[in-house]
Amino acid sequence: MSILINKETKVICQGFTGAQGTLHCSQAIEYGTNILGGVTPGKGGQTHLELPVFNSVKEAKQATEANASIIFVPAKFCKPSIIEALESGIELIICITEGIPTLDMLEVKELADNEGIRIIGPNCPGIITPGECKLGIMPGFIHSPGKVGIVSRSGTLTYEAVDQTTKVGLGQSTCVGIGGDPLPGTSFIDVLKLFEEDPQTEGIVMVGEIGGSAEEEAAEYIREKVSKPVVGYIAGVSAPPGKRMGHAGAIISGGKGTAEDKFNALESAGVRTVKSPSEIGQSILEEMSL
Amino acid sequence: MNLHEYQSKQLLENFGLPTAKSVVAFSVKEVSELLNELNGKEFVVKVQVHAGGRGKVGGVKITDNKDEITEFARDWLGKKFVNHQTGDEGKPVSAIMIAESTIIQKELYLGAVIDRSSQSLVVMASPEGGMDIEKVAEENPEKIFKINVNKNKKEDFDVSTLVDGLELSPSQTTEFKKVVTGLVNLFFEKDLSLIEINPLVIDENDSLKCLDVKINIDENALFRQEDLLELRDSSQENQKEIEAAKWDLNYVALDGNIGCMVNGAGLAMATMDIIKLSGGFPANFLDVGGTVDKERVAEAFKIILSDEKVKSILINIFGGIVRCDVVASGIISAVSEVGVDVPVIVRLKGNNSEEAKKILYESDLNIISADDLSEAAELAVKNSG
Repeated sequence: MSILINKETKVICQGFTGAQGTLHCSQAIEYGTNILGGVTPGKGGQTHLELPVFNSVKEAKQATEANASIIFVPAKFCKPSIIEALESGIELIICITEGIPTLDMLEVKELADNEGIRIIGPNCPGIITPGECKLGIMPGFIHSPGKVGIVSRSGTLTYEAVDQTTKVGLGQSTCVGIGGDPLPGTSFIDVLKLFEEDPQTEGIVMVGEIGGSAEEEAAEYIREKVSKPVVGYIAGVSAPPGKRMGHAGAIISGGKGTAEDKFNALESAGVRTVKSPSEIGQSILEEMSL
Repeated sequence: MNLHEYQSKQLLENFGLPTAKSVVAFSVKEVSELLNELNGKEFVVKVQVHAGGRGKVGGVKITDNKDEITEFARDWLGKKFVNHQTGDEGKPVSAIMIAESTIIQKELYLGAVIDRSSQSLVVMASPEGGMDIEKVAEENPEKIFKINVNKNKKEDFDVSTLVDGLELSPSQTTEFKKVVTGLVNLFFEKDLSLIEINPLVIDENDSLKCLDVKINIDENALFRQEDLLELRDSSQENQKEIEAAKWDLNYVALDGNIGCMVNGAGLAMATMDIIKLSGGFPANFLDVGGTVDKERVAEAFKIILSDEKVKSILINIFGGIVRCDVVASGIISAVSEVGVDVPVIVRLKGNNSEEAKKILYESDLNIISADDLSEAAELAVKNSG
């Protein structure tokens, strides 16, 4: 199994012919991802990376029967690109781009929720089911197919967790980067639910950071609904209040959203927390051996 | 991005929200002429800086004496405003705002923010105006009233929860609805991330008036808010953060002595956290992002080293797409180019990291290579003493 994507997933890329789209699609194809074509308005009919280019998502969908789209277009064009994918019947939209205005996401999220369509990101590394399908900018070689589901707000911290779970021999079922923005398309809870239901996933690593209350809400969910072992890490214990730490969503405001609160919430929900990300691999191994 | 109070007030007026009449002076000699534009006997004068808590340190004055206003201008203009919010370096005062004084019957609070949990705009109001709203939320949460507004249906919201909570009269209710409508339109049209009107007052004529306002704008939306971009006052911002932004580096100054250079915001925070866990203090947050090339590493070194407190530097890079050996060579040339004279501890993980370690080991510069994140942090702490 795995969640959300596997080797059957049929993928197109929006922003296919741009530098980012080209780089990451070639790596995804090399990894074995089933990319069937891409969309760049005005370049329809051309061939790129030996795959067809279409003018619109609708045309691409008709020709390829794609069910997922990965988006690399610049931030100011993301709203129309996501809406185009939504309206063309794409079921899973992965948006890598950083810097999308919050109000654009507010609008897009309302539409996606009404249609029941899943958006991963924005401002995220994407999603990977090791050995089957890589939709994102993560380095494929650190992953190995296995038992741990990883969900994270941060890119490079996800890679740390992946690297460690590979080295302790557990491997990963699916890794989902939900992104560092205040309004992510997919929440921790959405992904935790899927991991709990997925037979391949036997343990879960959750990496959060300061800002908002998504980790606290996830902790409540874990307490009530998750039976699998969970290891949690929160970045930003040393972050000062009122300062945005790189990610648009990583800010302690009005005393809310501190790492301490999030650690406490996770611990009280029975999650094994680690104070250093270098302990993630060993800790999930121990939790899963119990 | 933050705005000055007088700029925010102008935005309120553009969207039809009632405010007290005011003028803005940028020099002492303008003051007396500008005062002719105002009516009334009493005036409220405030320094214009990107910081709250101005009243407690003399940054706000209420007076009926026009000479005192000139004196206030002379005391403040060109000076630094310092309080707990600005830190020791303070913020320069280049403008003061003079407003007609309002006779206040009642002080209210009105604000709006994007609520992450409900994924909608939340408009909040409280009868406890004039106070720190975070304190109200903590001590009397039942005195804060909220409604949700959906972006795709922004004409369609019901203010009755707020009206009831504020105990407004029928005539005040009519005005209040206009105020909330203006606030919602302003929020959506100008890409705000926060607006707080505190206090929103009921004056002696039983009318509503916005007496102070704070606005934050979504940085990511500035590409389509050109008029707001022109209002940016970079003198109010940290100069190192501005310099870093020119190079697409995400830098936040802190008070410790261990400089940090990391790729990825989450890993950059985690690196600071581990330094603290190891008994040290990070001097900064710095995310170099996805492209870790020589030029950017050199710029990052310059920014880190412009902080004199820095005694050692910890570089933590997870090489995913980027190869660690390329990063290592970039670090070496940047160290010699910039002339880094403090120990540099480097932890490179991921793509080609063995090759990278070899390159670092063979250089004769003051660079220490570490395998593990905890080990790297301990070395950085040890070398910062």
